[in-house]
Amino acid sequence: MSGACGGTIAEIRSLVSSGQASAVEICRAHLQRARDVEPRVKAFRALLEESALSQAETIDRDRREGRPLGPLAGVPIAVKDVLCTRGVPTTCGSLILRNFVPVYDATCVARLRQAGAVIVGKTNMDEFAMGSSTENSAYEKTCNPWALDRVPGGSSGGSAAAVAAGEVPASLGSDTGGSIRQPAAFCGIPGMKPTYGRVSRYGLVAFASSLDQVGPLGLTVEDVARVLQVIAGHDPLDSTSAPLPVPDYLAALGKGARGLRIGVPKEYFRSGLDPEVETAVQSGLKIAERLGARLEEISLPHTEYAIPTYYIIATAEASSNLARYDGVRYGHRAHDVHQMGPLYVRTRTEGFGSEVKRRVMLGTYVLSAGYYDAYYLKGQKVRTLIRQDFERAFEKLDAIVTPTSPTPAFRFGEKVDDPLAMYLSDIFTVTLNLAGLPGMSIPCGLTRDHLPVGMQIIGRRFDEEMVLRLGAALEGEIKFGARRPSLDGTS
Amino acid sequence: MAIAKQEVRHIAKLANLDFSEEEIGRFTQQFNSILEYVARLDALDTSAIEPTSHVDSGSHALRDDVLVPSISREEALANAPESERGHFKVPKVIG
Repeated sequence: MSGACGGTIAEIRSLVSSGQASAVEICRAHLQRARDVEPRVKAFRALLEESALSQAETIDRDRREGRPLGPLAGVPIAVKDVLCTRGVPTTCGSLILRNFVPVYDATCVARLRQAGAVIVGKTNMDEFAMGSSTENSAYEKTCNPWALDRVPGGSSGGSAAAVAAGEVPASLGSDTGGSIRQPAAFCGIPGMKPTYGRVSRYGLVAFASSLDQVGPLGLTVEDVARVLQVIAGHDPLDSTSAPLPVPDYLAALGKGARGLRIGVPKEYFRSGLDPEVETAVQSGLKIAERLGARLEEISLPHTEYAIPTYYIIATAEASSNLARYDGVRYGHRAHDVHQMGPLYVRTRTEGFGSEVKRRVMLGTYVLSAGYYDAYYLKGQKVRTLIRQDFERAFEKLDAIVTPTSPTPAFRFGEKVDDPLAMYLSDIFTVTLNLAGLPGMSIPCGLTRDHLPVGMQIIGRRFDEEMVLRLGAALEGEIKFGARRPSLDGTS
Repeated sequence: MAIAKQEVRHIAKLANLDFSEEEIGRFTQQFNSILEYVARLDALDTSAIEPTSHVDSGSHALRDDVLVPSISREEALANAPESERGHFKVPKVIG
């Protein structure tokens, strides 16, 4: 079975439902592809061959016995290792969770299974999703399939690389400040952060609870829509999940861009933007115009305050969320410590990597007595201003388009010693998490070095339909999908 | 607002983390460059602005107070580094 690998969800789904290929054959083909490329890409923390094949067998049996097949029947999907999977280790890229085996599935994972998806593995990530290059994984470095000497982006670097390398047609990531969109851009695939509240966070290991959101990455915008359709919707187990109906996302895809009003914020095209990224995004905008959209330069005046605001709020929430790792109920426990206080300290000092410690420290500082008002409260107030920028802009717009990241994929080691430089690679994506808005990166071109460039489409809250609609229209003209990485290049 | 090594040590204590002197030095340096960057927020007058703690998704957090099935005691303890007789086991807290 060679046709299955590299196929989109729709193609795989139709092979399975028509009986042209069994789910087991498709699963085997993808596992074989993964075994072939993993030594170079290292997208996965773990491949789940046995359980994947048994899920696939169930799909085949359902088909033979005439039971209805789910919308993702037989589709191999990879899941970021930050999402709890029952009976399967979930490490979050951290040593402190090295042996953690969840006793329940995250809601989005459970929904994937119910839809017939075959979970083929858990993908590598920056420890606790803190990072923009996946270099902060305690376990391995994932390589960018387009240039193996470069990072795949992060923190969902494994989920993006697995799709770009043809190991799976789609994956789940999580996005707190750009962790789906930036790796999607670096790896040349679409990836979406839905509106805060659109997808349940139950079973997503928490980093910054007011910013975290689960979302799909896929080979095409349609793949993203098909996965979102399954994972979106209210969940009583997540008190912040929105009790709203989920629209038919596939129906939004064919509507084109004619007449759409697109805002282009000038603050996102200033110094620091790589000229090749700017060229690719501008050419994408020209395509939007050719498709009948109206472009309008807008201003989001508080953009320059987004990164400092984000790093106050995200680290504050992280320091609180990560207080739970104390060696008592789960995770690593330091050996031979016979007092409670030292047990906490030793356990955490051994279990956390340096970026996680840095953020826990920063978060502790901004929440500490005497600094709360100056930092945390101030950050929350500026968050209001950033949110209002978007609210005002969307009064007369359907979508906003920006670059996803100021640069294409950078080399390993380039930013690891300079935390601030690493933080700045999220400059165009953190604003959406602060404002709770949906956004998707789609590939819009390649640099001279053959590195993908992403453009970010931003929608109103809960208007993923518009984001997908514009994304599909642009994708149809940009025709990036025909270009795939060779997996043998460096740059 | 520059931060000194002594203060970094204090934060480490609050965060239940331990660092070598070298790490404290490095953290202090990195903290100061990050905080210097964060200080650009001081340029904004936010005295009349309401804070946003999270963007409301319109959810209703409260549900009826009814019993629903939950994980078993064995499952709850399945990942415990140490447990005994159905409890999490920790070192003596009070001497």
